[in-house]
Amino acid sequence: MAEAVSTENQTTQQTGRKVKFVITRQDKPEGSSYTEEFELPYRPGMNVISALMEIQRNPVNSGGKDTAPVCWESNCLEEVCGACSMVINGKPRQACSSLVDKLEQPITVAPMKTFPVVRDLVIDRSRMFGALKKVKAWIPIDGTYDLGPGPRMAENKRQWAYELSKCMTCGVCLEACPNVNDKTDFIGPAPLSQVRLFNAHPTGEMNAEERLDAIMGEGGIEACGNSQNCVRSCPKGIPLTTSIADLNKETNKRMFKRWLSV
Amino acid sequence: MKGFYARRLHSLLGVIPLGLFFLEHMITNFSAYEGGKESFDAGVEFLNGLPLVLVLETFFIFLPLLYHGIYGLYIAYQAKPNNAHYGNERNWRYTLQRVTGVITFIYIAWHVYDTRFQVALGNVTHEQLGGVMHNIVTNPATFVLYTIGVVAASFHFANGLWSFLVTWGITVGPRSQRVSSYICMALFVIVSIMFVLSLVAFRNMEFQDPTVAFQSIRHFIA
Ligand code: HEM
Ligand code: SF4
Ligand code: FES
Repeated sequence: MAEAVSTENQTTQQTGRKVKFVITRQDKPEGSSYTEEFELPYRPGMNVISALMEIQRNPVNSGGKDTAPVCWESNCLEEVCGACSMVINGKPRQACSSLVDKLEQPITVAPMKTFPVVRDLVIDRSRMFGALKKVKAWIPIDGTYDLGPGPRMAENKRQWAYELSKCMTCGVCLEACPNVNDKTDFIGPAPLSQVRLFNAHPTGEMNAEERLDAIMGEGGIEACGNSQNCVRSCPKGIPLTTSIADLNKETNKRMFKRWLSV
Repeated sequence: MKGFYARRLHSLLGVIPLGLFFLEHMITNFSAYEGGKESFDAGVEFLNGLPLVLVLETFFIFLPLLYHGIYGLYIAYQAKPNNAHYGNERNWRYTLQRVTGVITFIYIAWHVYDTRFQVALGNVTHEQLGGVMHNIVTNPATFVLYTIGVVAASFHFANGLWSFLVTWGITVGPRSQRVSSYICMALFVIVSIMFVLSLVAFRNMEFQDPTVAFQSIRHFIA
């Protein structure tokens, strides 16, 4: 009984409880990184973004010293934009959906260093957009006249393709992959899975070979080493390794077709 | 585009011919355990009786091994293992595939130096190889190192077969990849046991051959 009362107290009013954060910081892109600790008042239901907002309101570290507020990026606050991805307690994930109640303390927060760090937790994910351009992850429908409606997509195909379309280009799968690093130019799992998505589309299919050729190029599908960390890390549950294995099959077919047709 | 073909060739050579040779080698060696010296010698004689054996060795073993091995070292060098943060079993096999690849490279270089290379130099004959092996495995230090070598190679082959099935788009979905994992890991256990039993069999006195002058690297270790 007594316990039940005390938890009720905690959730209805401020308690003296503190939450401890260890944040990896970096002042500028070329700068070196360092960690800074913060102790924040606990509030029920708080997540890593609301904690960062608290630091912004009151930028004082746990030593009591004034410091520069920690920089981060966020947008949707409901795990659909991917902007707030960072490494929390060793795992890359979205800060907005990382509830403090569910995290072990002290909570470590660091940028996803697979990408260039701009400042603190802000990273530059433009390589992901570059990869989407490289693999032609779009459907060309522009013409000089109205091309009319495209072919219909079968419902059962639409259902699994929809799962692939949930990708928010957050970069978590690249961060988790041991083959995405400065010794390789591997584009990573996300853009590969997008090739499968666009090649499944009845109109997109018309350019399927161009996309396969793109992922048979430098840093393409061959750089996958099957660690399968991506599929276990993706916040959207996208079947990345199934996409990759399926594309392995498609690129192999393409390879033989190219050989036999010259 | 080149990277794609080079990597597919690396994958293919890992199974055909290297994987097939590996299994053949396992069976020949295991005959030492099963049938003793006589049966092993018969196996060696059969292999050396194959037509164009030098051509077979060069194009089906030596060159594929060189290509797969050197490219494999490069692939291993490019990896940045992160098992501390991602402790799942698949990720461990990713790292082990690379580690066992490097061990296999060193082990094969040493083993070929001990055996085939000495035959090429004329220090021993094919018929004396059983005796050479006897000398190697009766020394505790080289016996342990050879055991590590064959177990590492067995894992590399069996787990490589698993990823070969993915690379060639044969196992695509999670269920088929799980089933193939069970099969390949069972294969790893079986192949390891057969190779280790063969090593044990070569310890038998019947393989002792006083005419073998070549003493392997064991001199450097002992
Ligand atoms: C000589 C030293 C060797 C080295 C350094 C080496 C290295 C490697 C590496 C790093 C991989 C991983 C490739 C990937 O996951 O994408 C690999 C795959 C493989 N290796 Fe080796 N290897 C060696 C010898 C062998 C031998 C002797 C065999 C046959 C028994 C073999 C069979 C395989 C197979 C079947 C694969 C899987 C190919 C695939 O992923 O599609 N390797 N090797
Ligand atoms: S596939 Fe998943 S982990 Fe990778 S970028 Fe898309 S949403 Fe993020
Ligand atoms: S702010 Fe959009 S995913 Fe977190």
